[in-house]
Amino acid sequence: MNFYNYASPATFYPLAGKLIPWFAVLAFILTIVGLYIAFFVAPTDFQQGEGYRIIFIHVPAAWMGMLIFVIMAFWSAIGLAWNTRLSFVMARALAPTGAMFTFVALWTGAFWGKPMWGAWWVWDARLTSTLILLFLYVGFMALQAAIDDTRRADRAGALLNLVGVINVPIIYFSVVWWNTLHQGASVSLTRAPSMAQAMLWGMLIMALAAWMYTIAVALARARTLVLERERQTEWVRGHLEGQP
Amino acid sequence: MNWDSWQAFWAMGGFGLYVWSSFGMLLLCIAGEIGLLRRHRLQVWQRLKSMKSWDMQ
Repeated sequence: MNFYNYASPATFYPLAGKLIPWFAVLAFILTIVGLYIAFFVAPTDFQQGEGYRIIFIHVPAAWMGMLIFVIMAFWSAIGLAWNTRLSFVMARALAPTGAMFTFVALWTGAFWGKPMWGAWWVWDARLTSTLILLFLYVGFMALQAAIDDTRRADRAGALLNLVGVINVPIIYFSVVWWNTLHQGASVSLTRAPSMAQAMLWGMLIMALAAWMYTIAVALARARTLVLERERQTEWVRGHLEGQP
Repeated sequence: MNWDSWQAFWAMGGFGLYVWSSFGMLLLCIAGEIGLLRRHRLQVWQRLKSMKSWDMQ
């Protein structure tokens, strides 16, 4: 069996169906462990008190919001280059989840900012560029929904995705490039994290849970998209005899 | 253990409103996303099924 066969919708569909429950269960277990650490193991912050516990969802949500847009751009690029049907499906399937995480990052940021900064919102570079990311997600989905021809919709969305992805490094480095009210990164790949071990672990496990959730939900959404797009094929017609 | 009682847990040291509004919104979003996903799948399934029976005639 050739590896490239997985790029065929007829192979992808049942495989995704088998994988989704595993990712869902992993997401659930990791969330329980992550929340336990977040509320019962991680100590009270000496500056921010208990209010800092919002970061256990704020940071993973912000990471996912940025990462999903990059992963979408990867699929969009492959789709545009090789015209593979499943690539566009993956980009489309990821968008609502990316938008959801970006919205949650902004929302939790506001509910952290109010008690800590005294403001729900400030127009600083980090916050503004993240808001633009949310608009990019919404624009991507609206654009694709507005074009009836699936192929053209896919290509238009992919183009917006590839241009818009420039915003992600801007978000990431905004706290370095500009003097932002938003604090700099406490966790980075290049140096030791500047936070307590339990806090770091709680955050990383929540981030992993967000990954598993994203994979499960995106695969589920991709399956429905594949059904719609392959409705003329024998295998979908046969499959429709079963249960949804 | 960080909390002496459930009351202290829900109060979050005075940050209860902010902490639970944040976690609550995430829960709402996840529940909403899964709900919409399910509904959409059922709608697509029904539509494709009726299209298929239309084709058969």
